[in-house]
Amino acid sequence: MSRRPPEPVQVIKQRRDAALTALVGGVPYINFLGIRFDRRGDELTGVMPFGENLIGNPFLPAIHGGVTAAFLEVTALISLSYLWLWEDVESGKIEVADLEAGQLPRLPKTIDFTVDYLRSGLPRDSYARARVTRSGRRYASVQAEAWQDNRDRPIAQGAAHFLMPRGDG
Amino acid sequence: MTADKTRIARQFIETIPHARALGMTITEISDGFARIEMAYDERFVGDPQTGVIHGGAVSALMDTCGGAAVMSHPEAPAGTATIDLRIDYMRAAVPGQTIVAEATCYHVTRSVAFVRATATDDDRDRPVATAAGAFTVERNS
Repeated sequence: MSRRPPEPVQVIKQRRDAALTALVGGVPYINFLGIRFDRRGDELTGVMPFGENLIGNPFLPAIHGGVTAAFLEVTALISLSYLWLWEDVESGKIEVADLEAGQLPRLPKTIDFTVDYLRSGLPRDSYARARVTRSGRRYASVQAEAWQDNRDRPIAQGAAHFLMPRGDG
Repeated sequence: MTADKTRIARQFIETIPHARALGMTITEISDGFARIEMAYDERFVGDPQTGVIHGGAVSALMDTCGGAAVMSHPEAPAGTATIDLRIDYMRAAVPGQTIVAEATCYHVTRSVAFVRATATDDDRDRPVATAAGAFTVERNS
């Protein structure tokens, strides 16, 4: 029996984290909003710490609806892109060194995005997760949800369609 | 809409911290119409390889512009919040160019205001994005 021994866990983690860093780290607007991502396997959670410059209504105060929309859109796009890259990263088709050098393949593009505001975003940290409901060859559909203190009381939900990058063929 | 109300709406938008963070400027606001500009800024880039502005920044601009249009409507509410907003992205905005959003509040009921909006760069004939949304109407008393 010749079976390859499993890879050391730190090698796997380094590769997966490098892919995530490459996707998120180089985007100025994601840094501008202060968004980062927690990773558990292939599940990503967007984290947006509260900051004064995110406020849209200074009297309540509440987070700007545009910020919440952007947070959902970023989470949807990064989650979709990460799942899309996953297999190539795992198989070694995409090299970790290339990712770390900032060499990314072309990413999906947003076609449209709909956001429902469910509760006002309070001046505190926000979280978001996205679910890819369909990832086709040309189009993908993604749902996203953002919440603050209670996972069961979302502040907003979004639905997005993306145009997938063309393959070589 | 009175000049006074226009002034209040303009002041209200310009005190919004996130509108300031994105460098938004109201260039016109009256009777259910608002135009807001957002100058190109490298901090708002979504694709570092091309320098194209992130869709999220365009969404924030559209949302603010929609809210401003509602506030400026003759049957103006005392306040408003977005119920939902759908944005269609037609093309990438040209890097370096200012993005201009125009929103029209075309119908108001007792509780809901309906808005359409368009965003363009220097090429005014080919929109970068369009949006449609519903906003709450908050009445005094």
